[in-house]
Amino acid sequence: MNPVNAMNLQQQNISHNNFESCIKCTICTVYCPVTAVNPDYPGPKQAGPDGERYRLKRPYFYDEALKYCLNCKRCEVACPNNVKIGDIIQSARIKYAKGKPSLRDSLLSNTDFMGKMATTMAPVVNFSLGMKPVKLIMDKVLKIDRHRTFPHYASQRFETWFRKEAAGEQGNFKKHVSYFHGCYVNYNFPELGKDLVKVLNALGYGVRLLDEERCCGVAKIANRCVNEATRDAEINIRAIRKAVERGEDVLATSSTCCFTIRDEYPHVLNLDNKDIRSHVLLATRFIFSLLDEGKAKIAFRKDYKKRIAYHVPCHMEKLGWTICSASLMKMIPGVEFINLISHCCGIAGTYGFKKEYYDYSQEIGAPLFEDILKSGCDFVACDCETCKWQIEMSTGIDVLNPISILAEAIDVEETRRLNGVAQ
Amino acid sequence: MKFDNIIIGGGLSGLVAGIISQKAGKKTAIISAGQSALHFWSGSFEFLCEHGGRQVVESPLDKIGDLVESHPYRKIGRERLEDSLERVAPLLREAGIKASGSLSRNHFRLTPLGYLKPAWLTLDDYFTVDSPADINGKKYAIVNIKGYLDFYPRFLSHGLSKLGAECTTADIDLPVLDVLRKSTTEMRATNMSRVLDGEAIDMLAREINRVSEGADAVVMPAVLGIFSDAPVCRLRESLDRPIHFVATTPASVPGVRCQLSLRDLFIRLGGAYMPGDTVRKGKIVDGRLLRVYTDNFGDLPLEAENFVISTGSFFGHGLIATIDRIHEPVLGLDLNVEGGRTEWYDENFYASQPYMGFGVITDDCFRPSKEGKTVGNLYATGALLAGFNALKEGSGAGITLATALNAADMVTK
Repeated sequence: MNPVNAMNLQQQNISHNNFESCIKCTICTVYCPVTAVNPDYPGPKQAGPDGERYRLKRPYFYDEALKYCLNCKRCEVACPNNVKIGDIIQSARIKYAKGKPSLRDSLLSNTDFMGKMATTMAPVVNFSLGMKPVKLIMDKVLKIDRHRTFPHYASQRFETWFRKEAAGEQGNFKKHVSYFHGCYVNYNFPELGKDLVKVLNALGYGVRLLDEERCCGVAKIANRCVNEATRDAEINIRAIRKAVERGEDVLATSSTCCFTIRDEYPHVLNLDNKDIRSHVLLATRFIFSLLDEGKAKIAFRKDYKKRIAYHVPCHMEKLGWTICSASLMKMIPGVEFINLISHCCGIAGTYGFKKEYYDYSQEIGAPLFEDILKSGCDFVACDCETCKWQIEMSTGIDVLNPISILAEAIDVEETRRLNGVAQ
Repeated sequence: MKFDNIIIGGGLSGLVAGIISQKAGKKTAIISAGQSALHFWSGSFEFLCEHGGRQVVESPLDKIGDLVESHPYRKIGRERLEDSLERVAPLLREAGIKASGSLSRNHFRLTPLGYLKPAWLTLDDYFTVDSPADINGKKYAIVNIKGYLDFYPRFLSHGLSKLGAECTTADIDLPVLDVLRKSTTEMRATNMSRVLDGEAIDMLAREINRVSEGADAVVMPAVLGIFSDAPVCRLRESLDRPIHFVATTPASVPGVRCQLSLRDLFIRLGGAYMPGDTVRKGKIVDGRLLRVYTDNFGDLPLEAENFVISTGSFFGHGLIATIDRIHEPVLGLDLNVEGGRTEWYDENFYASQPYMGFGVITDDCFRPSKEGKTVGNLYATGALLAGFNALKEGSGAGITLATALNAADMVTK
């Protein structure tokens, strides 16, 4: 083959995860939070593109230590050559890891099932999950670390509240968005969903739920329950597509749900989401655009005075929309804003619940906890619910989603007036 | 989304331009597609090391007049060059990076292969001498960490001995590093630097003192101080003799520290740092760049009064070479590329390679052009520029910093 044809062949044979572009610079390894604390983890370069070369030859070369990857994607943010290192690792785990997911992993990742069960008996479940003997049994039998604080379950699901209390008036608005509330809002913390409805309504937007919503699947992907994740993802894509066809953007209040639907569906589950991807947005990204483009106006209460430290979740950093959440909080006149240096909190969804990872999880987050404790903030702002659990448990300081901060600081009457919404 | 200034590229020149812009009260964003060439940093910045086939030591500024007219240094001019580069060390110091050197005379740094090369600014604590003659008669203890494969004491010993030094080499071992040996691939400088902190430094100092008795100074790989120079200071205090660090195979510990320190300063000043995003296109109307579009923001435009493009050369993807053409991928700016593929390179690997001189063509203020028309509010910096061979001249960092300061001054007027 002549050199020109050889070069053409080379340039046209780049994998979708771009692994041929790795130049072995090891920069990813510098920014990997796991490598920093766990010597058993081979690091993103070795686990990702380096290992992939071997695995493509013989699956025998798969290293079970890839399970230590948090899927934070910091390696991808750092990579100068756009290699999808995190995707390569997650895909390899799904393809090559031996054995079925354990009972614990299935339970932790089935957030819909667990949420439905738990919300029906919320007071009993919350009480039990807080009890030392229960924690000890879970620790011994299921290997869920006894130090971990479980999130509380709500006694009324967000969907139930929405249908009863909010759905009716949403028809009064001319413009609409759909809300992908996610498991956390539905089963644990409906207040965040209520806050979003309050803010969007004041800005002149009605909120709808998707015709059907399943867990985004991030926990199932992490725990290799890939068939279930794919089934849920297909249902979500169908429902989102319907909303997009109605002309609605689909908003999430969790950076991880948003990231999963936009990027993990095509990259890890191999599902085509091209037609909907750009319409799936984090709520702060959507609201920021509205205000930035002059499509809506917002007014704030004069008496809101807070010192807020903003923690950027890993998947928010990957989405690249930090500035949207940060700018919205900075708009509030009484806010003193502290930008915490970007650092993984260590929990990574279900990862930090597992007994064998708990210590690593806490060690990864330690510098962040220290920064937060030193910051003298009234509370921490953060777009991710599992970061919230981790930070609240590890620092004792409250964590609020930026949407809840807006909902508290907004002058609803004035904002409604500015946007021509009937009072 | 509106800014006063948007800087495309988050490496050395992008960060320096961003810091100055933000300090001048301009609302500034830096958009960075992956980490930068600083991760390959030796710990030294070069201004001009070689000219006319000869090493430059005395008065490198005097050589500026001999450079080709299109050379970035010529465009800036000696006086402005001197003024602006004098601002570099204080700016680095403000970020927590202590480096010394002078534009009136190059000093020498020790390369990992054991050669002395001229340099302009070098991190304090890194191996430098005023003149190769200073090596003669010195006793150096070259100390490596056992099992660390990215550092070659024999090269250093060979090079220093040729200059009249007496060298001993020793491997030291510390139990705290055993954790890294679990995985043979992970015994890297950056990983070691995380472990070698706090009390581990005291153990390290004891070991170094033990193997370096009788030496004038200790030479060691740059494996300390990835987030601050605190571990280096602590070590220095417990050592019986001076210590000089030498660069290792990447990723570079001082490089990561420099990158993170400059980034943190930019963020502390209130700048918007956007990591992991790529600018894909821009809208130029009547010779002005109005807005750019990125992967992460999709249809949402990022607008600014002025833009700085600091995307680097081929290595940083500021220039892209395909089989039949070389292009600037963000805005399609005009380049000085001549001839077909076979004319881009010289078959003699060590010759001055023509492609090293490729880059964007600019006016005297470093404003690039598109289809022959200057973009009036866009300033190019560093390796992206045409008209110099950074490798042959040993001028990369000087050009990067001087053009970054030029851009920063232009966009803060």
